[in-house]
Amino acid sequence: MKPLQFSAPTSLDEALSLLSGAGDGAGVLSGGTDLIIQYREGHRALGQMVDIKKIPELNVLEFDPASGLRLGAAVSCAVLGEFAPARRHFPGLVESAELIGSTQIQSRATVGGNLCNGSPAADSVCSLMVLNAVCIVAGSGGKREIPAVEFMTGPGRTALQAGELLLEIRVPPPPPNSSDAYLRFIPRNEMDIAVAGAAVALTLEDDKRTVKTASTAICAVAPTPLMVPEAGAALTGAQMDDAALDAAARASEAAANPISDMRGTVEFRIHLAGVLTRRAAVIAKNRAAAN
Amino acid sequence: MSMDTKRIVTASINGAEISVMADNRMSLLEMLRDAAGLTGTKEGCMTGDCGACSVMMNGRVVDSCLVMAAEAEGAEIETVEGIADGKNLHPLQRKFLEHAALQCGICTPGFLVSAKALLEKNPDPSDAETRYWLAGNLCRCTGYQQIIDAVRDAAAEMRSSAK
Ligand SMILES: Cc1cc2nc3c(=O)[nH]c(=O)nc-3n(C[C@H](O)[C@H](O)[C@H](O)COP(=O)(O)OP(=O)(O)OC[C@H]3O[C@@H](n4cnc5c(N)ncnc54)[C@H](O)[C@@H]3O)c2cc1C
Ligand code: FES
Ligand code: FES
Repeated sequence: MKPLQFSAPTSLDEALSLLSGAGDGAGVLSGGTDLIIQYREGHRALGQMVDIKKIPELNVLEFDPASGLRLGAAVSCAVLGEFAPARRHFPGLVESAELIGSTQIQSRATVGGNLCNGSPAADSVCSLMVLNAVCIVAGSGGKREIPAVEFMTGPGRTALQAGELLLEIRVPPPPPNSSDAYLRFIPRNEMDIAVAGAAVALTLEDDKRTVKTASTAICAVAPTPLMVPEAGAALTGAQMDDAALDAAARASEAAANPISDMRGTVEFRIHLAGVLTRRAAVIAKNRAAAN
Repeated sequence: MSMDTKRIVTASINGAEISVMADNRMSLLEMLRDAAGLTGTKEGCMTGDCGACSVMMNGRVVDSCLVMAAEAEGAEIETVEGIADGKNLHPLQRKFLEHAALQCGICTPGFLVSAKALLEKNPDPSDAETRYWLAGNLCRCTGYQQIIDAVRDAAAEMRSSAK
């Protein structure tokens, strides 16, 4: 390993100037639970690490009923999990973030890092997608917004350009009678990477039975986490009857385009995409009805 | 930015301010063991899977193999060496001995640090809560039951002595 420079800038400007022009040789260090392993195992040849956790803007964590959630890119999953408004309004997002790794990993890992790492199995990303989250990024040319649904572009690839930093994720406020849920399948109860996962966010009519709008996404079954608009459409207008749930499950199965690996076969993953969509939809509906 | 590739890292370790020279490539685990001579913290995997390297950093339990030494600048670190009060073992340490919650002992420092963090947050964890909290600590010897028993027994003792 070549010598490494390390800095922990305390302002955004300083961080952006360190990153501008540094190219692939500079690694943004958030919780480090992906980056440090990739660096040590030689998958990332870094000459420089820039620790972003001391930048105030990246530590924002706020909820406002009018503008929604602001989740700074450097906020750990443990801190997010302790933030009561996030648990109340976005239980699916919080449960997906809390599935990432062990207690020790939770203390460090961030939702921002989960997004930027670009894994097809990243647990929190489906939740961000179904909630219509928007990523605020900054580079030397200024700030721009990238919808969470467009953030990942392939395995390990994102829409971030060289020198750009993810600042925060914004989740719009939930309409009345709304909730969300995330489920994944892993062979053990804790500490594993998803074989498949599904997230559902929905809003009920005032009767608290009929689905007004629904969006669903699946992960670990395609090169990136995937929105499944057909599954959302199948649930919309329905009352979570078997026919609607079956149609949503079929839509997720049809959208899944997985590979076989040691975690599961193509057939098993397609089956899981359907089952998890169906079950997550029921959980989200029950939560929304109880709101 | 400093162009240096090593630095002096000053951190509070078990309450004492310690400064060590650390290469920027070094992990906090290597800094503790090799530079500060605190070899109680163990290396198992270096990939965040086993928890043998668990330490407290600014009040939260972390895998020290997945922390860069340079990140520890100004941090408060607590290791297994800080758990006993002088010659008096912490209740968790005594209960680990009583319940035979260790065989080879490689995992023990990590379990102690992680279990202590659990009991500080939740003085009366259920069996399931204890198992989930400790899921990032692996043991290849005991089969876990003795460890869970020791942690919950220590919790019970700590609750009754706190009354
Ligand atoms: C034992 C273990 C278990 C795990 N279990 C899971 C799991 O169950 N589910 C799961 O999804 N993941 C899991 N992971 C992977 C990892 O913990 C997550 O992806 C985590 O969310 C990464 O966050 P981080 O803050 O640690 O990212 P880092 O490692 O700091 O960064 C990840 C990548 O994103 C870049 N990056 C980070 N922040 C920014 C930013 N603000 N702007 C631009 N680029 C940035 C980094 O340069 C790096 O390339 C596990 C990892 C380990 C070691
Ligand atoms: S050595 Fe750090 S988790 Fe295994
Ligand atoms: S006692 Fe040997 S690994 Fe736990």
